[in-house]
Amino acid sequence: MSAEPSPQSPWQAATITRIEKRTPRVTSFWFQPSRPFAHLAGQHVDIRLTAPDGYQARRSYSIASAPEAGGGIELAIERLDDGEVSPFFHDVAAVGDEIELRGPLGGHFIWEESDGGPILLVGGGSGVVPLMAMVRHRTLRNKAVPVALVFSARIWDEVIFRDELIGLDDRLDGFNLVLTLTREAARRPSDYSRRIDARMMAQAVERLPKAPKLAYVCGSNAFVSAAADALIGAGVPAEIIRTERYGV
Amino acid sequence: MVTRGFFSGRRPPSDTDARIPPGQYLEQGFPVLSAGPTPRVRTEDWSFTLKQGPKPIKKWNWAEFNALPQSKMTRDIHCVTAWTKFNTPWQGVMIDDILADAGIEPPTTFTLAHSFDGYSTNVPTKDLVTGKAMVALLYEGKPITADHGGPARLLVPHLYFWKSAKWVNGLQFTERDEPGFWELRGYHMYGDPWREQRYSSDP
Ligand SMILES: Cc1cc2nc3c(=O)[nH]c(=O)nc-3n(C[C@H](O)[C@H](O)[C@H](O)COP(=O)(O)OP(=O)(O)OC[C@H]3O[C@@H](n4cnc5c(N)ncnc54)[C@H](O)[C@@H]3O)c2cc1C
Repeated sequence: MSAEPSPQSPWQAATITRIEKRTPRVTSFWFQPSRPFAHLAGQHVDIRLTAPDGYQARRSYSIASAPEAGGGIELAIERLDDGEVSPFFHDVAAVGDEIELRGPLGGHFIWEESDGGPILLVGGGSGVVPLMAMVRHRTLRNKAVPVALVFSARIWDEVIFRDELIGLDDRLDGFNLVLTLTREAARRPSDYSRRIDARMMAQAVERLPKAPKLAYVCGSNAFVSAAADALIGAGVPAEIIRTERYGV
Repeated sequence: MVTRGFFSGRRPPSDTDARIPPGQYLEQGFPVLSAGPTPRVRTEDWSFTLKQGPKPIKKWNWAEFNALPQSKMTRDIHCVTAWTKFNTPWQGVMIDDILADAGIEPPTTFTLAHSFDGYSTNVPTKDLVTGKAMVALLYEGKPITADHGGPARLLVPHLYFWKSAKWVNGLQFTERDEPGFWELRGYHMYGDPWREQRYSSDP
């Protein structure tokens, strides 16, 4: 079972090489594309599933891995129980399966070293995925760029990439992690337990050595609207805020 | 390529199948997509400008624009992120009526639509005229909310929905087909959902 070699088609087969549960609802899948490509931190791929009768479902997933990380691209997929595509990944997909994907896609919600900093990243739930690629890229390429990541999750156990993020925060190298839990008490002194608001955004800005040059907001539509408004409420200029909305 | 273990899916009922372009799925809600924060444009500050190249042809304020003849359009819309929504009801001013009020024929083959937040998107002029497109002011009979592009958005329903620029504040006729904000960032220059022209690499 492999894709027809067709040079025009932007779609290609990619093999699942590794699967790792990240939280009770989010699992990471590593894909080795048959035609490897270089991506930028923040970009996504489109995935296409095809049933035997030809019916297809396609969805977008952000790339979590840094551009310079070897070992294929990592996607972190949240299970929506009544969804069409995400339960397939959680319940059916296995190492060795071939999945069709195309990419890299997206030319706006990206951060490159040359964009500079400081950067302020704000993610809700699986909206942290493209921000993780930016954090990892910055850690591998240029630690001189100050970063604050405000990550909103419902509970501590749903903080995707938690150990990696806390490990990076502990290095005190200019990366600041701010967790906010909306349905549980904060676990770390510097964290919050409420929804994102302008005061929290103002305090996140204060953790940076100077005003952010760029701000990136990603998550559900409702989250992005609220977080972007909170940033503006904290005095962050609208022109520097880039958003990526995962839909409903 | 058949995907191992993918059988069920959420097939559209066969009577609606023909209305769903390739790679799209039917959505009941109305998701929101945009590149940045939602601008809140007050109607007092709103204006709409028609330009040819750098030269303004005519400018309307909110009251003047609302006084132009209004039309209704109920159409299926198709977002590049793969949802399709049936029968969305809009009301606004047809591009034909805007040109008539300005007293001009379409001066060039290409158009850039501009928005209050600085974004732009390109549409061939022929896709805007002869009843194909409007500047929408109402959705489901009510003012369009800011997150859906209000007070006014372009509506070009036969192209992918990013071409229907939110917070639109003008049309600029151009000599060449100039890419707008999204087209410079990898989206297709034309964007026909029936030919699945999503990204610049699509034929
Ligand atoms: C640029 C981009 C990047 C993204 N990156 C990620 C990522 O990194 N990780 C991630 O997890 N997600 C990501 N997403 C979201 C992802 O693309 C999917 O939308 C998500 O996985 C849900 O797909 P699904 O098929 O499982 O659910 P869908 O079938 O699309 O359903 C979504 C929800 O809508 C409801 N629904 C919709 N239609 C119906 C219907 N007809 N009947 C019943 N219920 C319905 C369901 O209740 C379900 O909860 C991204 C989206 C975009 C646009």
